[in-house]
Amino acid sequence: MDVKLVNPFINATINVLETMAFVTVNAGTPYVKTDNVAVGDVSGVLGLTGIANGTISVTFEEKCILAIVSNMFGEAMTKLNHEIADAVGELTNMISGQARRELEQIGKVFKAAIPSVVTGRGHSIIHYSEGPKIAIPFSTDAGKFTIEVCFER
Amino acid sequence: MDTSIKILIVDDFATMRRILKNILKQLGFKNLVEADDGTTAWETLEGQRIDLIVSDWNMPKMTGLELLKKVRASDTHKATPFLMVTAEAQKQNVIEAVQAGVSNYVVKPFTAEAISDKLKKILK
Repeated sequence: MDVKLVNPFINATINVLETMAFVTVNAGTPYVKTDNVAVGDVSGVLGLTGIANGTISVTFEEKCILAIVSNMFGEAMTKLNHEIADAVGELTNMISGQARRELEQIGKVFKAAIPSVVTGRGHSIIHYSEGPKIAIPFSTDAGKFTIEVCFER
Repeated sequence: MDTSIKILIVDDFATMRRILKNILKQLGFKNLVEADDGTTAWETLEGQRIDLIVSDWNMPKMTGLELLKKVRASDTHKATPFLMVTAEAQKQNVIEAVQAGVSNYVVKPFTAEAISDKLKKILK
């Protein structure tokens, strides 16, 4: 997989969370993920089509997403519910949008589907293509989350 | 800015409607109504006077662009200011929105200041 496809998603993730949720985000070392088990408790998944087909996912630890959405709404969120799921969908959507703008600048144009959200400890994230799943862990003061980027070979 | 105007917020994500509502309330706007897609927004427009539409682009049933075109083709609403707030900001999207008559464009993610600046330009 072309690594140029991955960096825009890292940049977009940092910018979206810092702009919309006012949190400082630190990216860890990317790795190749070999299973479908989510490392977080709630995940947004979104399909992309264009010069290559693929999917991205953003999966959050419960305490991390509760802190993020609390900041976005300006009020304390204390449990995973439909409001948190909706917020994860919109965050996934925004990360995709910003990353696609950066990719367009290097001549790689993608269209995005509407995101879906999965919740529950140990849930599966199924990527629609069979390429390598590149996972990038992130940390915030409130907890961790991970994005996965998977494009066909 | 005249903060007594009635604003229709259109987005399929409740999260974004809530964030926009919070920002607009902070700016002094109190007369806010919501719709979760373009079809519902159009029904809302048919039933009452709306002074400004703030709409997402990528929604099921009727997209923000389709709603914009319908508004601009309407005798009743064609002059209603229309602010597109969207993650869809690739060049072709912006060109299409401008050609369809969008009043201004805010790209997600955004700050409250960005929304305020665009509204000042639209409502001056």
